[in-house]
Amino acid sequence: MSPTSRRRPAATGPSSRRARLRARASRISATGDAVAPILTRALTKRYGDLVAVDSLDLEISAGEIFGLLGQNGAGKTTTILMLLGLTEPTSGKARVVGLDPARHPLSVKRRVGYLPDSVGFYGGLTGRENLRYTARLNGLAGHESEARIDEVLGQVGMVDRADTKAETYSRGMLQRLGIADALVKDPEILILDEPTAAIDPIGVVEILDLLRQLADEERITILLSSHLLSQVQSTCDRVGIFAAGRLIGVGTVPELSQRFGEPTARIEVSLDDVDVPGAGERAKTILANVPGVTAVQAPERGRVPWVLLAAPDEASAVRVAVLAAAAREGLQLTGIRPVEPSLDDIYRSALHATGLAGNGRVAA
Amino acid sequence: MTGAEGAIPVPAGPATPAKDARPRTGRLPSGWRVVAAKEFADHLHSLRFGILFVVLGLAAVVPLYFVSDTLRSVATQASGTQAIFLALFVAYYSPASGVAIPPVYGFVGIVAPLLGVAFSFDAINAERSDGTLPRLLSQPIHRDDVIVGKFVAGLAVIMLVLVSVVVVISGFGIFRLGIVPEPEAVLRVIAWLGFTIVWVSLWLAFGLLLSVVIRRAATAALAGFGVWVLLQVFGQVLVGLVAGVVAPYATAASAQEQIDLKNLSDAITRIVPLTLYQEGSSVLLNPTVTTVSTPATLGQLAQYAYQHQIPQLLSLDQSLLLVWPHIVALVTLTLACFALAFVRFMRQEVRA
Repeated sequence: MSPTSRRRPAATGPSSRRARLRARASRISATGDAVAPILTRALTKRYGDLVAVDSLDLEISAGEIFGLLGQNGAGKTTTILMLLGLTEPTSGKARVVGLDPARHPLSVKRRVGYLPDSVGFYGGLTGRENLRYTARLNGLAGHESEARIDEVLGQVGMVDRADTKAETYSRGMLQRLGIADALVKDPEILILDEPTAAIDPIGVVEILDLLRQLADEERITILLSSHLLSQVQSTCDRVGIFAAGRLIGVGTVPELSQRFGEPTARIEVSLDDVDVPGAGERAKTILANVPGVTAVQAPERGRVPWVLLAAPDEASAVRVAVLAAAAREGLQLTGIRPVEPSLDDIYRSALHATGLAGNGRVAA
Repeated sequence: MTGAEGAIPVPAGPATPAKDARPRTGRLPSGWRVVAAKEFADHLHSLRFGILFVVLGLAAVVPLYFVSDTLRSVATQASGTQAIFLALFVAYYSPASGVAIPPVYGFVGIVAPLLGVAFSFDAINAERSDGTLPRLLSQPIHRDDVIVGKFVAGLAVIMLVLVSVVVVISGFGIFRLGIVPEPEAVLRVIAWLGFTIVWVSLWLAFGLLLSVVIRRAATAALAGFGVWVLLQVFGQVLVGLVAGVVAPYATAASAQEQIDLKNLSDAITRIVPLTLYQEGSSVLLNPTVTTVSTPATLGQLAQYAYQHQIPQLLSLDQSLLLVWPHIVALVTLTLACFALAFVRFMRQEVRA
């Protein structure tokens, strides 16, 4: 990615956003009750003998960012295609903005922005021309569409490269343009297949910030799929863990860690001055004797933190006791922090818990 | 979700309802028009458009150059005959020595199909390999809008090129040779133009079919041009050989048998679409051609021979009647190719 495009996403024009929110507010009073933007019941897709998606029940509410996590071939993309009406489900039902995508594909596709996996653009056209084509296909033209294109280009930080041909874009820029493309139609729902793939770490933060902003300020419902679990962990309100076509767990990250996480809490303790002979042994004895600590993992060498294991409900009491013990015994404590289980750990243990680990299915 | 999961937890978010459909300005356009407009613009900007324009232009100008001297010399004697303007399209150059130059419609018949294949061989598979197809199909258009739009755009470009070529030839005739066309002759050229557009759209539809079936654009192009070489260059020779074996009318025992075998031989040679096009063109452009098939009986043969004692000109509607089966056959072939491409495309998965 060129350095020029690596900018913070520009702020949306306040006037246009206000106009949109106003339009939305008037619309809300007209409809009254809230329908879940995305709802599936026993949604199933079979390709011959292969069950790509197995009776999926999913409900995503407005303004929520939902992360669909799973390995390649777990059925994420198939699910997304069914939600867009691009693939017909074998059985079960799907409702997007209250409509059946298989029967009203045009209404659904008008209101859902979609970023496909490894998105592509017409190389001979500039980024702006590519977006203009999408705007035309959505019935936008003239000043309205040009203003909208400028706005979304600003949102993804692509303004300065918008007028060069798309064939010169890097993978990360294509990905940004893809998000702009999904936003051009001013969607109510964004469905993003691997939105952070091929984007550099700084870009990932920018994109995730943008998604958060869209969900919070414009109440856009976002469904994103990813296999880079740690990246999306912080952004998603809820996640669904997908494996072998089945959703094996849904909830917030803490909820999932409670269900699938390890049964013990881990606390990292950093100590100074343990290089002195005998100090390590002494520290280990002191820490092991702290009430509630079930095990102590000494660092192999250097200043890597010590790890204490404890029962989850005693974890905070243990931290207090460690501090007290360190003060009493004169240990040079430099840090203490609870280890949050990462989504990767949760994902792995969820797979193990459901016996799906090592099920290396490739076909989606 | 597994059955044991039970109720789906839904976080109690702020009580704002779903971002709902607000009144959108502007209704959805018919998708194929947007697709066609974009594809048409792409074609006009593409390198292949320039190349093919030059190739087809040469196909028109080269015969014209060779026949113009002949035409000029006979024009004085032939003035007043209806066919002199049409001679621009049908006159050919066959010197006693050297290379014979076929007439304009012969060149167009062979070269123009390249135009059709060139504008469609990568219509669908390039969208697929560039990763633009899922994005395109996720817009509010029907899937058939994509293939119809691309076909229409290809057709529009072909019409543009062919009309330009005909205008150039006519202009050359009018201004350089001073041949003023009769209204009937103009109508004949227009009819031939329409026939030629059908002929090229057959190849356009064939290219489209290749682009749906063959995943790689380069392979599809090779397949398209391979079929073009096979049918256009060797087709008539090969089919002629087959017809010679199956229906050797020259050595038939009786006159009736000879007529029957000649008819069979004619039918076999018409398997090659180029034969249909050339027969149709010669009739449409040349009012003196009054027959395309061998008479079926000895009686008809006698009548035919009698009629030819007096040279006669067919009116346009009579010529059209004569080649109606040819037109229908080419339109049917085109529709069959397009329908096959359409059905295959509609059934394909979005993902590669």
